[in-house]
Amino acid sequence: MCKEFLGSSVGRKAVVGVTGFILFGFVVVHTLGNLQIFLGRDPLNAYAYKLQSLPWLLWPARVFLLAVLLVHLWISLWLAVENRRARPTPYVFKDTVQATLASRTMVMTGLIILLFIVYHLLHFTFGATNPEFFHLTDAKGRHDVYAMVVLSYRNYWISGTYLLAMFFLCLHLSHGVSSIPQSLGWNDERWDPLFKWAGRAAALVIFMGNSSMPLAAVVGILK
Amino acid sequence: MNFRLKIWRQRSAEDRGRMAEYPVKDVSPDMSFLEMLDVLNEDLTQKGEEPLAFEHDCREGICGACSLMINGIAHGPERAATACQLHMRHFKDGDTLTVEPWRAKAFPVLRDLVVDRSALDRIVQAGGFISVNTGSAPEANGLLISKETSEKAMEAAACIGCGACVASCKNASAMLFTAAKVSHLALLPQGQPERAARVKKMIARMDEEGFGNCTNQYECEAVCPKEISVSFIARMNREYLKAQST
Repeated sequence: MCKEFLGSSVGRKAVVGVTGFILFGFVVVHTLGNLQIFLGRDPLNAYAYKLQSLPWLLWPARVFLLAVLLVHLWISLWLAVENRRARPTPYVFKDTVQATLASRTMVMTGLIILLFIVYHLLHFTFGATNPEFFHLTDAKGRHDVYAMVVLSYRNYWISGTYLLAMFFLCLHLSHGVSSIPQSLGWNDERWDPLFKWAGRAAALVIFMGNSSMPLAAVVGILK
Repeated sequence: MNFRLKIWRQRSAEDRGRMAEYPVKDVSPDMSFLEMLDVLNEDLTQKGEEPLAFEHDCREGICGACSLMINGIAHGPERAATACQLHMRHFKDGDTLTVEPWRAKAFPVLRDLVVDRSALDRIVQAGGFISVNTGSAPEANGLLISKETSEKAMEAAACIGCGACVASCKNASAMLFTAAKVSHLALLPQGQPERAARVKKMIARMDEEGFGNCTNQYECEAVCPKEISVSFIARMNREYLKAQST
């Protein structure tokens, strides 16, 4: 059954929808967690310390999310390759009626986000790209996440990279989130406009939430 | 009106094909797009050139034979109309019009603008039918179907199988077509006995034929001459996921 399901177009679309939904859920939680930076140094560092002190929760979650990400990537690329092959001869005159920019660039924005995730992990999780900000500790001897983030974002190149990545994430989510109910068969004519706008609104809120942090560091609201 | 046409010419399925340019003069704005092509063909025949091959039958927008990609849009710029119901008044005098055949791996070009759409027939053969005993017609009121349900089923059954959905889809996906066929039978009581098997078989056939996968861009819905809604694709997905889980 699994082979038949994964071999079918509709089955694989459903897998992309479910994995996309889980990844979107992670983005929401991650954004909310990060926004604690506006509460100040102590709450953010305490939150980070709390997460690090729960390895039995942290590591399974990381492995699970990585697996979900890889499945999302693998199935999407498999579908995308098939889609290219389905039209070997392109049109001479190309036009679209209602396809959005986001919907036409999903593979590209997805791959850009993948590159960003690699950079983001090297930057804040492994401390490989900016080790000078990574080994700071606060007054209570905890890893100073607040200082790491704010000092990093003061660098225009770094904050610019994050802002650009969030723009691509926003574009990807605006089509992706609205597509989930369609691919999973929950959509109908009555709900379609709601799902479409809810997906776009969610993408925009995520963008505003995440880009508020580098912007606040650049203009000096976060010190 | 005068036009400059850029048209795909291809002698046979084996020929590589190329774009050719033709001027068309003295076209009436009340002519349909196909009538304009008739004028071109008259002209080509008189000059001793090979006339252009394109499919047409009823010329009333109900048979689904015409299949022209006009300036990158299946059936041309008018919404909810086939190319035979598209009139030249929708274009400007002196326009250059690019006319191409439906492009999809599953729709090989046979000649000029004629493609082989029998892949769609094979999807229907895989499950787009109901099995009933033949004999005298059943009593009309024997099966009660609500107005709402019958209307919905008719909206899906309006599909004329022209293939514009495949042609306009960036991925050459046949999901709107298959969804329409799956849905109109799934909605009606006559379609219930084979409901789960039907959706599985039709989707398997659709995938085998080499159509692409839906990426929810809804170009199909925008060009469908019968305005079939993409909500039927969601319905087909729902039918399939339900059929797989039981």
